[in-house]
Formats: sequence, C-alpha cells, structure tokens
Amino acid sequence: MTRFILTRIASAIPTLILVSIAVFGLLRFIPGDPAALMLGDLAKPGQVEAMRVQMGLDKPVVAQYLIWIGNVLTGDFGTSISTGQDVLPLMLNAFSVSATIVLVGVFIAALIAVPAGMLAAWRQNSLGDVGVIAVSTILLSIPSFWLGLMLLLAFGLHLGWLPVIGYVPFSQGFWPALVYIVLPVTTLVLSEAGPIARMARASTIEVARLEYITHARAKGLSEAAVMWRHAFKNAFAPTLTLIGFVLGSLLGGIAVIETVFTLPGLGRLLVDAIYARDYPVVQGTMLFVAAIYVVVNLVVDLLYPFLDPRVAA
Amino acid sequence: MIALALGQSRLKFNAVFGITVTTLLLVTAIAGPWLVGYDPLKLDLPSRLTGPSARHLLGADEFGRDVLSRLVNGARTSAWIAFATVLFALVTGTVLGVAAGFLRGWTDRILMMINDAFLAFPGLLLALGIMAVIGASRDGIVLALGLAYMPIVVRVVRSAVLSIREREYVEASRVMGNSEFITMARHVLPNCVAPIIVLATTMFGWVILSESALSFLGLGVPPPAASWGSMLSTARPYISQAPHLIVLPGLCISITLLGINMLGDAVRDWLDPKL
Repeated sequence: MTRFILTRIASAIPTLILVSIAVFGLLRFIPGDPAALMLGDLAKPGQVEAMRVQMGLDKPVVAQYLIWIGNVLTGDFGTSISTGQDVLPLMLNAFSVSATIVLVGVFIAALIAVPAGMLAAWRQNSLGDVGVIAVSTILLSIPSFWLGLMLLLAFGLHLGWLPVIGYVPFSQGFWPALVYIVLPVTTLVLSEAGPIARMARASTIEVARLEYITHARAKGLSEAAVMWRHAFKNAFAPTLTLIGFVLGSLLGGIAVIETVFTLPGLGRLLVDAIYARDYPVVQGTMLFVAAIYVVVNLVVDLLYPFLDPRVAA
Repeated sequence: MIALALGQSRLKFNAVFGITVTTLLLVTAIAGPWLVGYDPLKLDLPSRLTGPSARHLLGADEFGRDVLSRLVNGARTSAWIAFATVLFALVTGTVLGVAAGFLRGWTDRILMMINDAFLAFPGLLLALGIMAVIGASRDGIVLALGLAYMPIVVRVVRSAVLSIREREYVEASRVMGNSEFITMARHVLPNCVAPIIVLATTMFGWVILSESALSFLGLGVPPPAASWGSMLSTARPYISQAPHLIVLPGLCISITLLGINMLGDAVRDWLDPKL
C-alpha cells in the first residue's frame, strides 16, 4: 500500500517537469522578441537590448528554462506586462473564484447524477433508465456557455430574479455572494451531471453482472442491501475517477462560463492574457492550471484503492 | 420482455436520429450556400437586430446580416474544421500509437512520456496555448485541436496494438516469414479499426464543441466568417434586444452534438456490444 502511494507520487514528478518544459517551449514559438513585446512599440533598440539582458534572454535556452523554473519553485511567476502586478497573486485570486464555483457545482452534480445513474442501471431498460439516459444525453449535448446564456436570459433578464453578471466574494457576506453564483453553479451542475450519470450507470451495469452480486442475491439479501452494501463501492470507483478528472480540468478555470457571467476566474485570466499578449501571465497560468490537473488526478488515484483494493495489489 | 424491447428500440432510435442529424449537417455543409442563395457577409443595416421576416427568414444580426445564411455557413465551418481535425488527429495519432505499440522498448517509453505530458493539459488548455502562439485562424484551430486530441488517439491505438500483437494469428504471420512491416500492416492495423472508428465518432462531437467554445472565447474562427460559437459571442451584448441571435446558433450546436452523441452510442453498441 505504502509502496503504491510512493510510486504514484513519484510518477507525477516527471510529468510535471515535462509539462513545465512544454509550457516554456510553447511560448518560445511565439513570433517576435519577448523583450520588445514587454516594452511596447515605443522602445528604443538600446532599451530592448538592456531588457533582453535583464530578462536573461541573452543566455542559452536551457539556462533560461532553469532560471524560470527556479523562480517558479520559489513562487516567483514574474510580473504581468499589462498591469505590472505579480502573476502569482493574480492567479490565486482568480483561482479562488473558479474553485468556489467548481467545487460547489461538481459536488451538487455528483450528488444528483451518481444515484440517478446507479438506479437507472439497477433497473436497466426500464422507463426510468431510458429517462435518465435521455436527459443525460441531452444535457451532454448542450454546450455549457449556451446553457448559461439561456439561464441568464430566462432568470436574469426575463424574470429578473438574479443578477446577470458580476461576482461578490464570500468574504463580503454570504447572501450577496450566493446570489451571484447561483446561475454559474446551476449551469455547471446541469452540464456536468450528464457525463457523471452516464459513467455511474455504465460502471454499475458492469459490476451488477459479476458473480459476487449474484451470490449476494442468492444469500437472500434485499435488493437495496445488495446495491448499497455490495455494488456501490466497486461501481463508484470508476465514477470517482471521472469526477476527479472533471474537477481537475474545471478547477483550472471554466473560461466559457466565466465569460458568460463575467466572472474574474482563472480561465478568463488566461484568455484575457492571450488577447493582451501578456506572456508572463499566459505562461504562469498554463503551468498553474496543468499542475492543478496533475495533482487532482494524483489525489484521485491515491483514493482509488480505498474503494477498489484490487488496484493496489 | 417489455424492458428488453424498450432497450432495443432505444438503440434503433439512437442510430436513426444520429444518422439523420449527421447527414443533415453534412448536406447543409456541402450544399448549404447554394440552397440559401444569400450572402452571409452582406450587410443590410436597416434590418439590423430584426426578428424573422419575409426578407430575412430567421432575422438579421447586429450588422443586418442574414441569420439563416450565417447559420448555414456556420454548419460548413463546423463540419470542415471537425473533419480536418479528426483526420489530422487520427493519422498522426495512429502512426505514433502503432510505432509505440509495435516497436516497444525505448521508442515506446519516450513516445509515451511525451504523450503523457500532452495529456496532462486539461481540456482546452493546450489548444488555448497553441492558439496564443499561432493566432486565431481557421487552419490554426485545426492544428491546435488536432494536436490537443492526438494524444488520446495515440493511447487508444497503442493499447489496441499491444493487445493484438500477442494474438496467435500475428504470431502465425511471423512464423510464415512475413516481415514486421507486413505483419503490422496486414494483420495488426486492420484489427485496430473498430476502436478507432468509435473514437473518431466521439471525437467529431468533441471537436465541434471545442471549436464553438474557442470561437465563443474569440480565439477561434476570426470575424467576419460565420461560426456558431462566434455568432453567440458577437450577439451577447444584444441578448435582451434580439434573443433570437443567441437562441438559434446554440440550438444548432446542441442538435448537432445530440445527433453525433447518439450516433456515437449506436456505433459503440454495434462494434462493441458488451455494454
């Protein structure tokens, strides 16, 4: 068990190193001189030269990478070209916005979708099952940004129940903050419930066919006991992996939903930085988002043996 | 008995609905501009933000451009990008996946290490990063999304190759004196086709969704070309004045995706009847 945990943690390190090289390398392909971009159009050639030295661009590429990654490891992600602020606090602020919405949204989505998917599987091909499949397939097919716009049109503009755009942090009071996140969270719940329900259904069907379930039934256990005491844990394991996967990719910012509701989240930070050609922010955010993803997936992998002990054996 | 019938009619419905929607998308994409006969870029300022009328069947957008002909051209954009991207990802991914799975050893280890690093970028992040470097353009999206989806193809093809290469008929081909290349091309690759087809169908839907998301973010198909995602993004400021500009492109994306997802389910049921 300990061996499994340690091997898995160790295997994340090379991935993170390769990711950082990929992010660094990608941004090297940008046409134009970063120093000139940093100074803008009005810079004199001498200034650009000085900036190149200051930014370490006169050094070999490998040295540049090592300097950058060294700084990143001490929490120095550089400064934003457009605002002059440090990149790290920018990212952390934006992350708190994205994370609030994503954690609440995915939690509620799982709470609805996992039981729905499992019950559908238990009564495979019943009317209820077909209903769950139909709803989840439809939800799966609606892009979250359009769903968000529709909710905004209905509840924000037409009925006027909820504010249309903006964000208030929870530090400024629970109710005002809640009112602002209702629509983005609802959007997220509806768009993530589909895949989670389908996964829960598929993995429950697979488990329900195994012999130990037939055995449990043969012992005379009630259907409810068979399902919750015997099938649940094994069927939930693959679903948990999917939830972790969803969580990992969404925590890095939900750019489209943040755009619909004008939320200052991580996804929006990245997209705005791409528009503004603010490369220190682009580079920092990409690395940060990818690192979150790797770490969340690592945590899920470590939780997996608790549900399905065969993995660690 | 009733339950089984319900299950089977669902599968049939999936296939029929999926094939219908996909065919409609392709027909619209190929023949659309001739069917509509209205320039999607033509400005008609007096009609701007108007609803459906005899002049503009589905209304006009913020520049008075005809919404119907822009939707039809959006179908063309989506279908072309999805087709080119899936093809790019499949070809590059299959070559690398076969190389990794068949050569094994160091080639496999190094390819998989790089591949896993690509897979460590969630969702659209890699595509966003590539778009940041090459700038928004139609071919740029194909490259960005193609590279972003390629690693998944590599994984699927590699694991298919790894399981097939141990089968007896592959062994038999070697024993008969066929070269590795012939064995590969004639016996291993054709048996990887089923998982590749299933993946390609699913990927077609992902790409249409991703392209519309990128275009919605302003990093996809550049204006004035019509794309469903960018139509949503440019109509957003007029959401209360002209809601039809928001409703229609989204409906197009949703119905298309629903059709492709159901086709995907049908294809999977057909090629992999276990589930």
